[in-house]
Amino acid sequence: MDLSPAVFRLLAPLPLAAVEGPARWALRAVLDRHPALLDRLGAHGEKRFAFLPDDLPFSFVVTPARRGLSVKRRGIARRADVEISGPFFLLLALLEGRIDGDAVFFSRQITVAGDTEAIVALRNAMDDSTLDLPTDLAAHAGPFAPLVRHGASAIRRRVLTPETR
Amino acid sequence: MELICPAGTPAAYREALEAGADAIYCGFADETNARNFPGLNFSRKEMAQAIELGRARGVRSFIAINTFMRAGDERIWYDAVDDAVALGADAVILADTGLMAYTAEKHPAQRLHVSVQAAASNPEAIAFLAEGFGAKRVVLPRVLTLDEVAALTRKSACETEVFVFGGLCVMAEGRCSLSSYATGKSPNMDGVCSPASHVRYRNDGDTLVSELGAYTINRFGPGEAAGYPTLCKGRFHIAEAEGYAFEDPVSLDILDQIDVLRAAGVKALKIEGRQRGKAYVAAVVSTIRKALAAPPQERAGLVASLRNLSEGQKTTSGAYEKRWR
Repeated sequence: MDLSPAVFRLLAPLPLAAVEGPARWALRAVLDRHPALLDRLGAHGEKRFAFLPDDLPFSFVVTPARRGLSVKRRGIARRADVEISGPFFLLLALLEGRIDGDAVFFSRQITVAGDTEAIVALRNAMDDSTLDLPTDLAAHAGPFAPLVRHGASAIRRRVLTPETR
Repeated sequence: MELICPAGTPAAYREALEAGADAIYCGFADETNARNFPGLNFSRKEMAQAIELGRARGVRSFIAINTFMRAGDERIWYDAVDDAVALGADAVILADTGLMAYTAEKHPAQRLHVSVQAAASNPEAIAFLAEGFGAKRVVLPRVLTLDEVAALTRKSACETEVFVFGGLCVMAEGRCSLSSYATGKSPNMDGVCSPASHVRYRNDGDTLVSELGAYTINRFGPGEAAGYPTLCKGRFHIAEAEGYAFEDPVSLDILDQIDVLRAAGVKALKIEGRQRGKAYVAAVVSTIRKALAAPPQERAGLVASLRNLSEGQKTTSGAYEKRWR
């Protein structure tokens, strides 16, 4: 499921810090819960991975080993070793290993560019990590854990297709 | 017939287990196996855990040590075999006759399977491997027709295993040097056909361009399904024409011939795809498990959904029905 253009327009005026803060929090939550992800990435953990959701007005550049994340506005130049583009929720489903990366590449739903070794390593590391975003984010949410788990699970149920649930 | 399923990671192993595999094949994270991609494969500890998990569920684990030993570095391959035996592998899948000799001598009780990479494609070659090294099973190359598979299985000195679904190598496996020519790295010794280190994808407008080393492998137009950047499935300029000289970007599917393979005495059906994600493994293994139990007329409908997961979103019966140019 793609985000609607209305969401794109609603988010576009947001200050970058308002997006960067929660995104960094989510990255830390995932890396804290899945340290083995960095083991599989090996030296590629130092690379800069740019995620470019087609349906969001932002791009996200992640350096996993440094737990680094920066947000840029869509169309603004960014320095990255790898670029991965596709619909936002599809990228999240890939993150959780709910869909096969090669299959969505063959069907042209995602595009990749840059350091292919790093892309392959990231795909395999994520695939083995059994990420579950509602659980992972809730574990970092303190007293808001039930709210985060419930909210994230509800969104996921709504956006995933039957075959990826 | 047994269903032999791929796993490139422990997570994929668990999916294959849940989906109904009879045996799962996997490899160590180094050049001893022919799927030596970044972030893929098993550490020794992960392999031990996987074997234990499989054994508790009555599912066997095969370890693919199916590249060819590099002169002077044989110890890497010997250690892989020693460790596989110590970890309790139900079979080792080998391609190099030197490594088979080492295994037969050092670990005579270890069950040995002949990898597709060994390209054993006639009764004499199979008899040599069975008698010389005690091979119990041979994985047949994907260059044989169904009639040849049947004839070979009748005369085979050991069990035969046949690829039925997944990536399709159209060359004499273990002997192909196309990727080595383009990259300097060998599928057969480094374990990487079209190594990711030499692959580049770029977008030229709406066209996806795939490159291997200094060569453009393909240009996929807007909306056209893409494939892997392998030379054997590249698009070539030949004379005035442009097209696929060897094979299209396409995956193997001969699930409609299961009964023929069963009647021929084939012991095991193999699914390719250790480099694929766990979602692929779960979908393919569970679907094929259902297809094996279904009446023949229902199989095509069951497996049709797998086409969307395939390279080029197309499937072929390949050499089994030999229709290619």
